[in-house]
Amino acid sequence: MLEIEDLHVKVGDKEVLHDINLHIGEGETHVLLGPNGSGKTTLLMTIMGYSQYVITEGKILFKGEDVTKMKAHERAKRGVGMLFQRPPTISGLKLGKLLTAISRTKSENIPELAQSLNMDKFLNRDINKGFSGGEIKRSEVLQLTIQNPDFIMLDEPESGVDIENISLIGNAIGSLLEKDKRIVKRQKSGLVITHTGYILDYLETDRGHVMCDGQIKCHGNPREIMKDIKARGYRECLECRNP
Amino acid sequence: MPEPVKVPEISNADRDRLAQTGIDLSLQNRCGSYLQMDQDIVHSECSEQGIEVLSYKKAMEKYDWLKDYAWKVVSPEKDDITKYVAAQKDPKGYVIIAHKGTNNIFPIQACLFLGREQIQHVHNIIIAEEGAELHIISGCASGEKVGHGAAHYGISEFYIGKNAKISFTMIHNWSENIEVYPRSASVVEEGGVFLSNYVCMQPVKKIQMYPTATLKGENSVARFSSVVIAPEGSYMDLGSRAVLEGKGSSAELVTRAITKGGTIISRGHIAGKTAGTRGHLECKGLILRDGVIYAIPEIEGSVVGTELSHEAAVGKLAREEIEYLMSRGLDEDEATATIIRGFLDVKIFGLPEALQKQIDASIDEAEKSGF
Repeated sequence: MLEIEDLHVKVGDKEVLHDINLHIGEGETHVLLGPNGSGKTTLLMTIMGYSQYVITEGKILFKGEDVTKMKAHERAKRGVGMLFQRPPTISGLKLGKLLTAISRTKSENIPELAQSLNMDKFLNRDINKGFSGGEIKRSEVLQLTIQNPDFIMLDEPESGVDIENISLIGNAIGSLLEKDKRIVKRQKSGLVITHTGYILDYLETDRGHVMCDGQIKCHGNPREIMKDIKARGYRECLECRNP
Repeated sequence: MPEPVKVPEISNADRDRLAQTGIDLSLQNRCGSYLQMDQDIVHSECSEQGIEVLSYKKAMEKYDWLKDYAWKVVSPEKDDITKYVAAQKDPKGYVIIAHKGTNNIFPIQACLFLGREQIQHVHNIIIAEEGAELHIISGCASGEKVGHGAAHYGISEFYIGKNAKISFTMIHNWSENIEVYPRSASVVEEGGVFLSNYVCMQPVKKIQMYPTATLKGENSVARFSSVVIAPEGSYMDLGSRAVLEGKGSSAELVTRAITKGGTIISRGHIAGKTAGTRGHLECKGLILRDGVIYAIPEIEGSVVGTELSHEAAVGKLAREEIEYLMSRGLDEDEATATIIRGFLDVKIFGLPEALQKQIDASIDEAEKSGF
């Protein structure tokens, strides 16, 4: 699904990602861990195609196609999607209107889908204006449900979400990633950033990666890595690779 | 079903230009109409009981007391425009009177069309008597072939009686050759509400106006909303003023302005002269191409107990917002237009749905061409 080769990324004059290599197969969900400021969100925004993140070396292949030079909407049309941690507030733009714009070519039942995520009362509200943490995430999941991407990046889907909502969001993400299907039939892939690891209670992941200082420094079983980080923090986790 | 108006010598293109301002020549969903092409009054009627739509001249002949309403809130000596209109021996324009307790469900449309190079002048008087509710859509447009030198001078005097309400929605569709000088003022009595909405999405050479509402009565309300785009070559000097005299009176002045190379001067003035009054002024501007947005918000409180505020902001489209929508599959132009449409979305409290839809449709029309 996604292959990243020797990727170097600059923001302004500064290189922020160095020599990233990542391979995510069809039907797999990976988890990306790392301390604050290590470059996790930067990597996701780069994969999404945000213009601020300039690729100086390396390439990104999506479903075998080189998308390195493509703009965000071209990647979105090919099946890349993202749940943002802090999406912008857009004054005057109603959530319902954006959902209609996203669904253009599809015949989704927007009110019904909105209801399933308790967002039916928000369709006529400005996007993210005055939304709580949980409402922002439900709005993001709703947009993604309509967009229906094949590869979904999730930037801290549990942040700002209360206990009550986390299962709703976790389960909705699970179904976006076809977790209800048997492994062999699963075609959707994912990449999740999590700090707390709570989301992993709702989402089985296949592989974990740890980022530090703009590099991926360690790979392994996600639960094992999480357990290790919880017990010893990131310092030691990283030291094991940089003795 | 009313008979459609027979308008002489109007091309289909001009008919479309009028339709964009909310003028429906088939007269469906309109309870009355006043149509003036250049200086010819083509049509003037109202089917609603108790509401009259008359030409200025006929109204003056019919009601002697109207003299007391002419040139009372707008001074004939105000400037060259008012002097010019006041000097006319054959005054044009309309008088709309909603008699006590009447209410029009469908709006009255007032259409002012400029088809030739000349000065079109009108003097309008709009009266809502006690308890009456009056909704007017005023569509102003020029023919596609009008050249340089054409101008529109419009005097409008509004009287909102006790517990009465007037909404006046003005949609302009002039052209880059035309200068427009509206001069209007209103007085609102106790419990009265005045809503004044202005939409201009099309080029105009120059427009200059500064309507004033005097909130004389207790708990009277005025809301001014303006949504404008100035392409290169357009010069718009727009303002609105509210004078809060009645105890508990309030005013809100909201502007959304976009320049695509033109000049917009957005003035606003609220004067709080009595305790217990409130006023808020808001101007948001977006610069899409180098031009000018000059916001001059003024709030002037002169007594203890008046509360006035203003916010003004001029900026650009946020890259982050555009890319957010692009990440959902919208291309850059679609994302940009979607955000601009949101920026221009002003919902006017108390405005009938049909008129809000008309405002929305006028902005949607501009969105189709990518603004």
